[in-house]
Amino acid sequence: MAMQMLPPDWPGGFWAHWAVFVVIIFVFVLGVMMVALWFERRAMAIMQARLGPNRTGPFGLLQPVADAIKLLLKEDIVPAKGDKLVHWLAPVVVVAPVLMLFAVVPFQGGAILADLNIGILYIVAISSVATVGIFMAGWASNNKYSLLGAMRLVASVVSYEIPVVLSIIGVVLLAGSLSMQQIVLAQDIPFILLQPLGFLLFFIGALAEINRAPFDLMEADSEIVAGFHTEYSGIKWSLFFLGEYGEALAVSAIVTTLFLGGWRGPVLPPWLWFLAKVGLVFFVMVWIRTTVPRVRIDQLMALAWKFLFPLALLNLLITAVEILVWPAVSPWVMVAVNIAIMFFLVLLWSKLFKLGWGRVEV
Amino acid sequence: MKFERYGIGIAKGLSVTLRHLLRRPVTTQYPEQRLVTSRRIRGNELIWDKNKCTGCATCAKTCPQGVIHIVTSASAEENKYLVEKFEVDTGYCIFCGLCVEACPFDALFMGYAYERARYRRGELVQDKEMMTETPDSEVSGYFHPERAAKLPRQTLLIDRAKVKG
Amino acid sequence: MVIKTEPFVVNIGPVHPSTHGVFRMRTTLDGEVVVDMEPVFGYLHRGIEKLAEERTYTGCIPLTDRLDYLASMTNNFAYVLAVEKLARIPVPERAEYIRVIMAELQRIASHLIAVGAFLNDCGAFMTPIVYMIREREKILDLFEMACGQRLTYNYMRVGGVSQDVPEEFVPALSKFLKVMPGWIDEYDQLLKENEILLARAKGVGILPKELAINIAASGPVLRASGVKWDIRRADPYSIYDRFEFDIPTGSVGDCYDRYRVRVEEMRQSVRILKQALKDLPEGEVRSDVPHRLHPPVGEAYAHIEAPRGELGFYLVSDGSIAPYRFHVRAPTLINLTALRDMMVGWKVADLIIIFGSIDICMAEVDR
Repeated sequence: MAMQMLPPDWPGGFWAHWAVFVVIIFVFVLGVMMVALWFERRAMAIMQARLGPNRTGPFGLLQPVADAIKLLLKEDIVPAKGDKLVHWLAPVVVVAPVLMLFAVVPFQGGAILADLNIGILYIVAISSVATVGIFMAGWASNNKYSLLGAMRLVASVVSYEIPVVLSIIGVVLLAGSLSMQQIVLAQDIPFILLQPLGFLLFFIGALAEINRAPFDLMEADSEIVAGFHTEYSGIKWSLFFLGEYGEALAVSAIVTTLFLGGWRGPVLPPWLWFLAKVGLVFFVMVWIRTTVPRVRIDQLMALAWKFLFPLALLNLLITAVEILVWPAVSPWVMVAVNIAIMFFLVLLWSKLFKLGWGRVEV
Repeated sequence: MKFERYGIGIAKGLSVTLRHLLRRPVTTQYPEQRLVTSRRIRGNELIWDKNKCTGCATCAKTCPQGVIHIVTSASAEENKYLVEKFEVDTGYCIFCGLCVEACPFDALFMGYAYERARYRRGELVQDKEMMTETPDSEVSGYFHPERAAKLPRQTLLIDRAKVKG
Repeated sequence: MVIKTEPFVVNIGPVHPSTHGVFRMRTTLDGEVVVDMEPVFGYLHRGIEKLAEERTYTGCIPLTDRLDYLASMTNNFAYVLAVEKLARIPVPERAEYIRVIMAELQRIASHLIAVGAFLNDCGAFMTPIVYMIREREKILDLFEMACGQRLTYNYMRVGGVSQDVPEEFVPALSKFLKVMPGWIDEYDQLLKENEILLARAKGVGILPKELAINIAASGPVLRASGVKWDIRRADPYSIYDRFEFDIPTGSVGDCYDRYRVRVEEMRQSVRILKQALKDLPEGEVRSDVPHRLHPPVGEAYAHIEAPRGELGFYLVSDGSIAPYRFHVRAPTLINLTALRDMMVGWKVADLIIIFGSIDICMAEVDR
């Protein structure tokens, strides 16, 4: 698979392009992540009828900076009997893939670090590496409960990969290419209208993969298993935190590219549209986190295997059939048909979905 | 067919949270903004009117915790003792107000201020001089309706609600 | 290949973000499933029953405030009813109405915290509890207007209430009653039909009807199991027989039913309050009772329907100014005895939810 050539009018050649974009990605990720942190705390607070942080800096904008400084100054505790090398490597293994994910996200037409023509496959592969990092963290802590928490998390992430990947294939079928840039260019109508069920499955699956919103069992402080990051403090913990918010932003960026039309929009400059759409998806994640209670671990697995997985297979089948059978029909007809099919399938499946696992006789 | 669990409950909850984005938060930012407390607040100190007190020590006998210490001696005036020591240990007081209620001569008041934190326990003990009424330590209207009428109106959170009809 | 497992013992508490107060549960876990559970309490014992033997009858009232600090008015109410029964003291009409108003307002305030804390334990990240505390603030403002404090009121006295309500109380209360049903509806809209809440709380932690009656459970825990027993109807005290209200009961006795029973009780309390406010008579609010009361020799037991169950005070008097024996029948302590049977067989995550749904206040359990 040959790499796509970069546009011929880029001054400075390949390495200048690479350097500029690496700087942009770091600035984007860290900067927008700070803004995302602030935004989440303020938005969640106003939805709870209170004010968020508003004392550090104007409107509390320096609050993430204050948090970062506090975390940097904390003592770095390493468990005595744990595996020291693994303990040190785990945050790195969690954070590095998150930053690498942004390499194939198109900020603007032509503004992308590496326009791989296997873009979306690269994303799926790299995002699974972070799971290994989490398991390393649980193992190296020498703590029974961290290990249990990490194993639970790995199980849930692996289960939710499947509906996510299947819904991505639906989009790829419509766009005809794995490259992220081509997917954006193929969206004359945003794919959220053409693949409503795929969007729903991808969103729920992605929320479960990044351990947020209703699926945040690992950060729950009302469970005794305190999670894989109990034994971390200071800068290593802040790297996990950064990894979590970075993943949230990455998922928002991927949802924007795949389903909402990336940087396309009428009047404003494209990168502004991109940021606005990412912000909107992130707001929806914050909104869900404020409102919805948490699921239990067995309900989490049941949701993945019994609800999302069959629906994902059906979605793929229907999309494939539609592309084969109706190549010349106007896309708006497909929009209407797909939305109707989504409602029908969701209602039907919720009727048939049984959660199981009641009380166990001892 | 009755459908349950198809997502409409979550959607309703989300609409409630979204509506709150349009409402004003109810936070009062202390210490720049303060709420006006009730006129009858049983604040953090006791205030004593030296002229009305006769040294009968009913307040000391009424206190459930026993924080009021009174030492009196005979005095030249009739129907009155000379109060030599009148000490209240505010650290042990539970601010129940039974002493104010019990005083037959209306000589004891609860304080209106509530910000009387001190760094040491010994500083919490109030003696005779610290218990007089000054502009810093105002009296509250607990069991004293004539003083309550002069105090400002309490801020109520219910005042912000808009009632239809 | 058979994997050999063995159960292990885990201590949940005493210092834990979800136990409401200091409470320790020694659970034996087999994987995720709870095999055995032993509650250990007593961390908050302050010796209130002994302290009361050294105080006058009126001086015990601030002590009763601190029993169940989330529902102080009803504690005061039960105690003064017991003393009035012991010493046969009449209560004026206006005082009876004010007592009922305060007790029902206290019931709403206590249930708001109970429901909010339960939903918080389910994982809704503080949103429900923040909303409910906002409503509770309005009720606490009313209490502050009447008696000067927001948590430990010391408002009821033997023979009435300590002072009359000020004149801005009644308009503020009627405004509150007009808007409160709307807010209860909004909280229902927030989480009543939420699928995740239904999946987590329906069918979990069932307390069967016979077991509930056998352990002498009371309050919303009993009513959610299907037993229609409310002391305001079964053994009416004060003037509750003049008001019309329903008694909400559940059918199954799971956590969801306990949550619904509490929300419906809030609505019924609003109904009682509207009736009481309409009929509030004029008059004095306190009988002439000396501070150092000498009741006749004897004993009395008075019980009321507190927000957490049947709260009773048993007083033995030997004719002096202090009670000879002062015993509190704490409803939460009796309800706690069913905890082991409710929890066995469920998972660790359900443990927290079941515990939150019984609505424990450790100060009452340990006294």
